[in-house]
Amino acid sequence: MTAAVSGGDPHRIGHSQGHGGAASGRGEGGPAPNRIVVGYGFWLFLLSDIVMFSGFFAAYAVLAGQTAGGPTGRQIFDLNTVALETACLLASSFTCGLAILAVGARMKLKFYAAMATTFVFGAVFLGLELHEFAGLIARGDGPQRSAFLSAFFALVGCHGLHVTAGLLWLLTMMAQVFAKGFRRDVLNRMLCFSLFWHALDIIWVALFTVVYLIGGAA
Amino acid sequence: MLGKLSWAALPLDQPIPMIASGVVALAILGVLAFVTFKGWVPYLWREWITSVDHKRIGVMYIVLALVMLIRGFADAIMMRSQQAVAFHGAGYLAPEHYNQIFSAHGTIMIFFGAMPFIIGLMNFVVPLQLGDRDVAFPTLNSVSFWLTATGALLVNISLVIGEFARTGWLPYPPLSELKYSPGVGVDYYLWAIQISGVGTLLTGVNFVTTILKMRAPGMGYLRMPMFCWTALAANLLIVAAFPILTATLAMLSLDRYLGFHFFTNEGGGNVMMFMNLIWAWGHPEVYILVLPCFGIFSEVISTFSSKPLFGYRSMVAATLFICLVSFTVWLHHFFTMGAGPDVNAVFGIATSVIAVGTGVKIYNWMFTLYGGRIRFTTPMLWSLGFMVTFVIGGMTGVLLAIPPADFVLHNSMFLVAHFHNVIIGGVLFGVFAGYTYWFPKAFGFTLDEGWGKAAFWFTLVGFYVTFIPLYVAGLLGMTRRLQHYDVAGWKPWLTWAAIGTAVTAVGVICQVVQLVVSIRRRDALRDTTGDPWDGRSLEWSTASPPPAFNFAVLPNVEGEEAYWSLKQTAREQNRLREEPAYEDLEAPRNSPTGFVCAFFATVVGFALIWHIWWMAVIGLIGAYATFVVFAWRDTAEYRIPAAEVAKIDRANRSARQDALATYTGPRP
Repeated sequence: MTAAVSGGDPHRIGHSQGHGGAASGRGEGGPAPNRIVVGYGFWLFLLSDIVMFSGFFAAYAVLAGQTAGGPTGRQIFDLNTVALETACLLASSFTCGLAILAVGARMKLKFYAAMATTFVFGAVFLGLELHEFAGLIARGDGPQRSAFLSAFFALVGCHGLHVTAGLLWLLTMMAQVFAKGFRRDVLNRMLCFSLFWHALDIIWVALFTVVYLIGGAA
Repeated sequence: MLGKLSWAALPLDQPIPMIASGVVALAILGVLAFVTFKGWVPYLWREWITSVDHKRIGVMYIVLALVMLIRGFADAIMMRSQQAVAFHGAGYLAPEHYNQIFSAHGTIMIFFGAMPFIIGLMNFVVPLQLGDRDVAFPTLNSVSFWLTATGALLVNISLVIGEFARTGWLPYPPLSELKYSPGVGVDYYLWAIQISGVGTLLTGVNFVTTILKMRAPGMGYLRMPMFCWTALAANLLIVAAFPILTATLAMLSLDRYLGFHFFTNEGGGNVMMFMNLIWAWGHPEVYILVLPCFGIFSEVISTFSSKPLFGYRSMVAATLFICLVSFTVWLHHFFTMGAGPDVNAVFGIATSVIAVGTGVKIYNWMFTLYGGRIRFTTPMLWSLGFMVTFVIGGMTGVLLAIPPADFVLHNSMFLVAHFHNVIIGGVLFGVFAGYTYWFPKAFGFTLDEGWGKAAFWFTLVGFYVTFIPLYVAGLLGMTRRLQHYDVAGWKPWLTWAAIGTAVTAVGVICQVVQLVVSIRRRDALRDTTGDPWDGRSLEWSTASPPPAFNFAVLPNVEGEEAYWSLKQTAREQNRLREEPAYEDLEAPRNSPTGFVCAFFATVVGFALIWHIWWMAVIGLIGAYATFVVFAWRDTAEYRIPAAEVAKIDRANRSARQDALATYTGPRP
């Protein structure tokens, strides 16, 4: 068009040639629907959360060998407990998926049942983890013992804190569905909650591999 | 009951902190009393504190930034004057106080001066440029702002109650570990930055979502204004880098609070891991600050050269190149760690390569100027001052990127001069350009040009007189953060630096006077058209100040420079487009969630700093309850009737019609 000509830049170097058809990219139809925006934003938040975990993973990788005369991973990890924890967490993700199906079908009873089961699995996971922590601390192998144990407690504990927050959120969502029903903002929050819960699984898979499998074998 | 808190926390025995904190406390109480006495509290609560409007939040961010910039500048004056007099003597600031001052200066300037200014400008401008009604998550935006304010509040509380960190703006261990910093100073730093960091992260999530998912119809990626592109890059960096800061500071907190061994000398801790982690955040942070400023310069230079931005696509590419490469250079902050010549060479080359992206931008701006009808307004002066100053700072940066040179210059005043050169010349000049450029859009009147130009010239000259001597002092071997010194050769340069700071202070005063004078003369400076600079992007198509809903109907974007092409069509045909069909609009309701949440965050932060555990628990419960109350509300939006939308938009159209009728410039 004419703007460029009058502005003294006749060749429009570095610009798309001509107007109208040349520009490309998504989002040309205007703002996305609310549900997409909410889900997308929460995904970004989860990515940032994963970046935070990667900081703790990096610290663990650096410090894993720094046992300062204390125990190594192999001496303290009980893979049976860890297998049970993993089973609980994966099962809770499955039931969380059932809860989302119940939301889709607008079936309150099934929703409550699935969420309650998810809660129980999550709580058992957390109980097992706390039991493991308490045992280590009782034996004098707490996070103050060595840099390795500091990194271990911080990484696993950070995941545990996320599960705790998730359980609180889960109960809040059940209460909200009870109080408000399946209204639009509640549906959006359930979408975010399920994304969060599954993301905790993804982090656990990495954690299970890097900390327990590799550390337990070394 | 009150943890470590006792009357001994008040600096009753130290006159300077005592007087400073007394003055600050009196000023705050005075402002609060004045506002209450005038009966403005309900208005402020209704229209500002609980506002979720991105424009209001942007303005509040910038007000916070301006206050904190002055606070940080007061620290700078003390440091420069201390070094000017502390030759063969102790000066007037005790060492432990001097150490707090340089730590507070850096912390405040970066986290509570520069960051809120940048985020404030993005808040105000990005939705308007994208043709949006608001950001993706308006209430979350308010939470972000108030959490940032919480951080600023905690840092300033440390002035009165207790002490601030003496460890520098990044708390390097082992000095920052409990063993060597047993006081609450580092804890103030940790919780202030953690809390405001959460706010910044949420801003990043909010703006990436807004830019990628909320653009007006037709606003393809390659039609976005340059400022939106740089804001996108900066917010991507926030999402990717700030979590690393959170993790790192959490590790240091665990060391200090629970005896962990991440960064300690004992138990196998690794001190250098802190440097690596903190700079893996810290270097992208530099670009979080400067990239949006590159966007501002692009807008300003293009507008006041009356030309489209030269090389728009190469500008986009350069922005994303810098965004990516900024993550691969962090090790240049500690070449002296001893990682070996191969590692140092890789990071040295990466650091030099990033200058290519910046070079592309500099040339694009020069070619935008070339052949343009240039108007030397205040924002344009800041931009031109930036181009010269930033090139000098960039060249000293490339010099420091050479590992052998860095071994000589590491931690010297040369380094201090370099990063002030790029941060003042890049970021501060940028935000001041943006502030004067978009001020009329926010308030409906322009800022006084005379005082603005005076502010620019004093700041520019003051900058050079301060920092060129500090480059020299660095080359003469002076290390940073010295409370006193015995080298006679440094003395004249430090005296010049103090004189330069005084000149800069005149610039700061000019900025304050400019604001006061402009408010008093606002009727003469009124922007009736909504387009005072003959702008090119969509924010200039709405009224000044814009209505709450920004656009009566979402604009339909048909090319680059969305507003310029509309305006040219109107000038060509000598009439505006047809009046659109107005509809009822829904806008988000205001909410005190952000303010209440930040109140509890302040309680939690203060309690954790002083080890008052019960209070921390209460604060956390309060924060959770705040979110539940928010989640339980039944109406999130209110309705603006079509008649009101029409009334507001018709006023804007009639102003545009008048402007068109009196237009005498070139016609397409």
